[in-house]
Amino acid sequence: MVKADYAPHTMTGDDVALTRLDAIVDFVRKQAVNWPRKFSLWPMPFATACCGIELMATGASRYDIARFGAEAMRFSPRQCDLMIVAGRVAIKMMPVLQRIYQQMTEPKWVISMGACASSGGVFDTYAVVQGVDQFMPVDVYVPGCPPRPETLLEGVMAIQRIVEQDGIRTSVQRGRGLRMVVQPKVQIGTTIREETTTR
Amino acid sequence: MNSTTDVTQVSAALDERFGAGKYRLESLVTYARGVAGDQKYVRVPPAELLEVMRFLRDDPRCLFEQLCDLTGVDYLKFPKARDRYGVNYSLLSLTHNRRLWVKCLVNDPDPAVPSVTGIWQGADWLEREVYDLFGVRFEGHPDLRRIMTWEGFGSYPLRKDYPLRGKGERENYPVVTRESA
Repeated sequence: MVKADYAPHTMTGDDVALTRLDAIVDFVRKQAVNWPRKFSLWPMPFATACCGIELMATGASRYDIARFGAEAMRFSPRQCDLMIVAGRVAIKMMPVLQRIYQQMTEPKWVISMGACASSGGVFDTYAVVQGVDQFMPVDVYVPGCPPRPETLLEGVMAIQRIVEQDGIRTSVQRGRGLRMVVQPKVQIGTTIREETTTR
Repeated sequence: MNSTTDVTQVSAALDERFGAGKYRLESLVTYARGVAGDQKYVRVPPAELLEVMRFLRDDPRCLFEQLCDLTGVDYLKFPKARDRYGVNYSLLSLTHNRRLWVKCLVNDPDPAVPSVTGIWQGADWLEREVYDLFGVRFEGHPDLRRIMTWEGFGSYPLRKDYPLRGKGERENYPVVTRESA
């Protein structure tokens, strides 16, 4: 059993800045920057399995991801800001996935689509990554095997809600609230085998 | 029995070259009620493999010009099995329209089979695959590296005693964080 090492986040001097200007900046940012941005997502389809078929269906006319402004799928990570990991990721593929994520332009978000990308799914073997979030950040997990296009659209809408809040500092970050942020200190993925089996 | 599986000529050629009864052709499968299938295989020890293979390719009665497939088997806990590993060669004669399987059995420690890349060039990647997944070494192979798993994987995952979830090979990847990307 690994004890999770939780510690309260200590506030630094920069965090304690309380002005009305702060709130105005947040408002402008939300309405003028994030609102247009959330309707202009450029997905990078990393489709490796049957989830990719559903992803294509989502992009096609019936479900029409263009209604959410995310229809421009580019196959170059340099032109994308939303990665959709659709399908199982083999261990050998993981460095490729990480490289593509690193090549994407900031700000960027990741959808882990389906059971395999999120947890390995039925492929609980030595060859398949048991959830891509072990090795790279993920914003939204879309359940299903494979998820229906409606589910993926819900995932895109969840990304839109995240985008809307992007760069907006919470009251805790601005110095209000309880001044307590619980942050896990365990680094995921770097643990050795013995620890992971007993966890 | 059709022409594809009629290997009586091959049997005769093997008897003539290597002595009668040394390499007997046996049925690859046995159906219900003991009916023997008409596809045949021949079992060859590793020491004589290259000689037999070259003969099977070049003899005018055999002429197995094509190596269709090359696979490995782990017979651990297999009923009545005496040897641990098997390397199976699937041969096809385009001239005679015939097929023949060749089985070569090897054991721990250090299972090794001579490479047939000198006879069929296409065996290159197939032997690398068997080496990668079963750990059977192919002596004389020009470039015996892993082909499916990555360099430094260390185990042979299709062996029967290899755990399904691996031996922790997947645990030590660098983690990309939001800050580092």
